[in-house]
Amino acid sequence: MRTERSTLIAWAFLAPALIYVLAIVAWPLVQTVILSFTDASLRKTTNWVGWANYDKIFNATFATVITRTFVWTFFSVLLKMILGTIGAVLLNAAVPGRHLFRILIMPPWIVPMAIGIFMWGWMYNGQFGMISGLLQRFGIVDGPVAWLAYGNTAFWATIVTDVWIGVPIVTIYFLAAIQAIPKDLYEAAWTDGAGRWYRFRRITLPLIVPAIITMSMLSLIATFNSFDIIWILTQGGPNGATTTMIIDTYQTAIGSRKYGEGAARAVVICIFLSLFSLAYFRVTRRLHPEGSK
Amino acid sequence: MSATDDAASDFAPDVTAAAEQAHDPRPRPKGRTDATPLIDRYAWHELAAIYAGIALFLFFLLAPFIEGFLVSLKPLSQLFSSPYRFIPENASFTAYLTMWQSVPGFARYIFNSIFISSVATVIVLLVVVPAAYAFSRFNFKGAGLVLGGFLAVNMFSGAVLIIPLFRLMRSLGILNTYAAMIVPGVAFLIPSAIWLLRTYMIRIPKELHEAAYMDGAGYLYTLRRVIIPIAMPGIIVVAITTFIGAYAQQFIFALTFNSKSEFMPLPVGLFAFFGKQEVIWNELMAASFVGIAPAMIVIIFLQRYLVGGLTAGAVKQ
Repeated sequence: MRTERSTLIAWAFLAPALIYVLAIVAWPLVQTVILSFTDASLRKTTNWVGWANYDKIFNATFATVITRTFVWTFFSVLLKMILGTIGAVLLNAAVPGRHLFRILIMPPWIVPMAIGIFMWGWMYNGQFGMISGLLQRFGIVDGPVAWLAYGNTAFWATIVTDVWIGVPIVTIYFLAAIQAIPKDLYEAAWTDGAGRWYRFRRITLPLIVPAIITMSMLSLIATFNSFDIIWILTQGGPNGATTTMIIDTYQTAIGSRKYGEGAARAVVICIFLSLFSLAYFRVTRRLHPEGSK
Repeated sequence: MSATDDAASDFAPDVTAAAEQAHDPRPRPKGRTDATPLIDRYAWHELAAIYAGIALFLFFLLAPFIEGFLVSLKPLSQLFSSPYRFIPENASFTAYLTMWQSVPGFARYIFNSIFISSVATVIVLLVVVPAAYAFSRFNFKGAGLVLGGFLAVNMFSGAVLIIPLFRLMRSLGILNTYAAMIVPGVAFLIPSAIWLLRTYMIRIPKELHEAAYMDGAGYLYTLRRVIIPIAMPGIIVVAITTFIGAYAQQFIFALTFNSKSEFMPLPVGLFAFFGKQEVIWNELMAASFVGIAPAMIVIIFLQRYLVGGLTAGAVKQ
């Protein structure tokens, strides 16, 4: 009897948070699906249109946007993982000043995202920005390069900024994973004459693979959702070169006020995100089997 | 259940600290005055390579701030001159004074940012403290599912749900108000806050609840007089991370649900300034640095409390 009552009380304590999230996240999610089958717009009347929105969006342009999103996300996550691993190994080295260095990597993560992006906006400026300026100074490029003005460079520029924001947290996570490796493993290998590189390749790397996999899945979801960076730097331009699915959805829904079509695009994003999350849960379950805690 | 538990440990901030503690009392070679163990000795070229690597890594992460700061010191005329100069010539803090006139409402934007983050943090704490208490104190059916559900919220960004949220804000009649930025923002801050606070509250021994129960205290009373005081360090950490999250998050909702300049938070206010044809870069950078200051001040507090909250382990076992 007491358990029944305490269950009730537990739900009562839970209710405010639960209702809040249901109302602001879960219900809108359901509504997105419903809207995707209507021609909702600023007009007063809304009609059911069945699969028409989906028919309309599944064309060559949308396929390009999906491919572009995956390429963008793939390289961003890949670079975050590589730089994060290198950073974690470097910061793990027992050298004087390492505690200070560990604090100094934090700013991109701590500073409000938009403000960090403004600074990148200046860095990418062709006439006066630092990157173009330094490259010219060292004679690597002949004239000013306006990084955000050309499709190809803008695509990579937005990736670099995304990596910049993501690297600190990845590095810290990997650093924690490296420090959790038992020290005797290294000492045993060292006694047997294993060099630093060998120890990294045969001990560190294999033992942080679970952390790398977990983090890349989490990073995949976050990167796929990336909006602020592209919107501030290029708004999806030039000529659609940085239009990812999120940007495309926002442009359709908020820019052109085509709620129905926008919702259909959002549903496609949600399907991808659900697949990623499912994969994340399956992988983490396999990596950290029951009772490992 | 295991998946959700593991995810909790993924987000738990104490991993580094714990690992550090376990790591530090290394076996020291006997009879040496130098404290560094032999295995951690580096040849000079190794040391040079490590420092060079760290320098490059830090340069990548800090270059925008360094450049931004230098730009804020450069007079406009020098800013727009070729060839590029890294170091400013007649550096001055003029931009930090003139920006208050050039960015109309700049003080207002900072106030709005702090105000929105503060209100969001208060709302998050109000709903999260009881929820975390429920998860840590009661074993009830569906707890794992609900916890996992909260985690799933993290996979959606506001951008995916922007259409129904826009319609919701419109039908609530709160478009172009502070509420339009606070209400949706809070929903995305709740899940992480619950997960973080839950890991703190779980460490509070069950005996404390039992003792309060035996003394005839109700659940609400126990929460208020026993749990909250003990979990205070954890609650402060959650409050600070939520505040930072709320400060960082102010972009898409503020951009979409509010068009009134007097309610704009700093990122959107500066974005409008950024979007203009002739950007006054030195002032924009100066404004950015002043805008970062509140977050940085909070971080300084965070470090103290974070360490205190973690080492105390919320309660002595």
